[in-house]
Amino acid sequence: MSETAPAATERGLWQRNKWLLLRRTTQFSILFLFLLGPWFGIWWLKGNLASSVVLDTIGLTDPFILLQSLASGHAAGQAAVFGAVIVLMFYLLVGGRVYCSWVCPINVVTDAANWLRNRLKLNLSWQLKKSTRLWIMVMALATSAITGAIAWEAVNPITMLQRGLVFGMGLAWVIVLAVFLFDLVVTRRGWCSHLCPVGAFYGLVGKRSLVRMNAPERTACTDCGDCFRVCPEPHVIIPALKPEKDTDTSVILDSDCTNCGRCIDVCDEEVFRFSTRFG
Amino acid sequence: MKSNMSDRLNRRQFIGQCAHTVGSMSILGLLLGTYTRQSASTPARAIRPPGAIAEEDFTGACVRCGLCVRDCPYDTLKLAEFGSDVATGTPYFIARDIPCEMCEDIPCVAACPTDALSKDLTDIRDADMGVAVLTGPDTCYSVTGVAHCRACYVACPIRDEAITMEQKRVGNRIYFEPTVHAQHCTGCGKCEQGCVTEEASIKVLPRHLAKHDAGRIA
Ligand code: SF4
Ligand code: SF4
Ligand code: SF4
Ligand code: SF4
Repeated sequence: MSETAPAATERGLWQRNKWLLLRRTTQFSILFLFLLGPWFGIWWLKGNLASSVVLDTIGLTDPFILLQSLASGHAAGQAAVFGAVIVLMFYLLVGGRVYCSWVCPINVVTDAANWLRNRLKLNLSWQLKKSTRLWIMVMALATSAITGAIAWEAVNPITMLQRGLVFGMGLAWVIVLAVFLFDLVVTRRGWCSHLCPVGAFYGLVGKRSLVRMNAPERTACTDCGDCFRVCPEPHVIIPALKPEKDTDTSVILDSDCTNCGRCIDVCDEEVFRFSTRFG
Repeated sequence: MKSNMSDRLNRRQFIGQCAHTVGSMSILGLLLGTYTRQSASTPARAIRPPGAIAEEDFTGACVRCGLCVRDCPYDTLKLAEFGSDVATGTPYFIARDIPCEMCEDIPCVAACPTDALSKDLTDIRDADMGVAVLTGPDTCYSVTGVAHCRACYVACPIRDEAITMEQKRVGNRIYFEPTVHAQHCTGCGKCEQGCVTEEASIKVLPRHLAKHDAGRIA
């Protein structure tokens, strides 16, 4: 799904799509691992994205769902708390919103919507504030506290889709279709970059995370704009690529960056690479 | 003067924006809350797994992971699909389809990471998923005298404690009535599944509807 057709260069097809392919492979592999059980009776990964067990030993739990459970007033079991700590440590290492671009199945849906939006040249976009998702996150926690139920799970398209594929879809596809159409015709990158409270939560985790996108060769930038066009959160690139002072860091420190690596793919001048937050 | 004006305007704009955000989020929260509440009104057919904490706490505790479903050796448990009338993603079973076999090691409870299925349940006989009720005294073969049926009684894993065939007499007619003893019945649903009438004459009511003494597993 290449969002823009890059000019013909010496960089081959693989180099221009490497991170995208790695990402899709990871997303589908995780889903496939969950499906190995119900399809072939191989239970390497059991459960779903809310909580799972790896190789019958390591438990993993989604920290945002657990947080809502705690807000609802339930003292969660030890296994769930340990599982959430492991997941948090992982994303603190590799980048908070790595969840968005490397794990989340909805990312495939919204990327597809964005691709189609570009193909059909649908340029109208209803403006939404970036902060909306943070407010929705707060709202989900408050609603959990008031109703005593895990509120966001009543509508969360991520777990709806993934649980649907692994346990049985029901009418969950309606919600997924709604997200697709919203991104296609209402707001560009509407769901992931403006509304999703799960992304907002992992963004907060990412404020302190280690692995970062970096633009060390920014002086080679030809202002072609390819990275801005392909990036789901283009505002994060500006301070690193076009700094006010030459001494400013070339590391993308904005935690909205999803570490998707598409900027590496599309940049013919090879300006970007992964690094740590320290450069 | 001028900067003062624009300051005031900015502040007014800022307050307006805050009010707008809080307002829209409250509306969203209200919608979501109402929806969550409504979708948590579990129907009578759906029985929660053994050890499930009180229904009003369950939807806050269960993260909808399905680990209990996966570890049930009899495929009893299902995760509610979006659009069904059980809160989406939460586990339940339909006794008439596949009842709970009352496993001695209670694998569903062992699998639950959140303690939505309480680890305090160590003896499956203390489980309190619901209670069986003779809902069809007018169809039960034994009560109506159609046959010497005692299928429910035979099906019960703890027969003679949870269910007995009591001799009754109406006028000159003597018959045997399946009689459930709520303090022992776990709500496993074996009797409901075993009942030979087309529509089961004995059915399990989920605990939150049966409302008998539910204090045994706190
Ligand atoms: S800056 Fe690069 S890695 Fe970060 S979100 Fe944008 S395209 Fe992805
Ligand atoms: S006790 Fe056994 S049969 Fe009953 S729900 Fe649990 S795992 Fe399934
Ligand atoms: S294992 Fe526990 S948390 Fe997971 S679905 Fe079953 S009851 Fe809910
Ligand atoms: S539900 Fe029926 S079979 Fe199960 S314990 Fe109660 S009386 Fe026995």
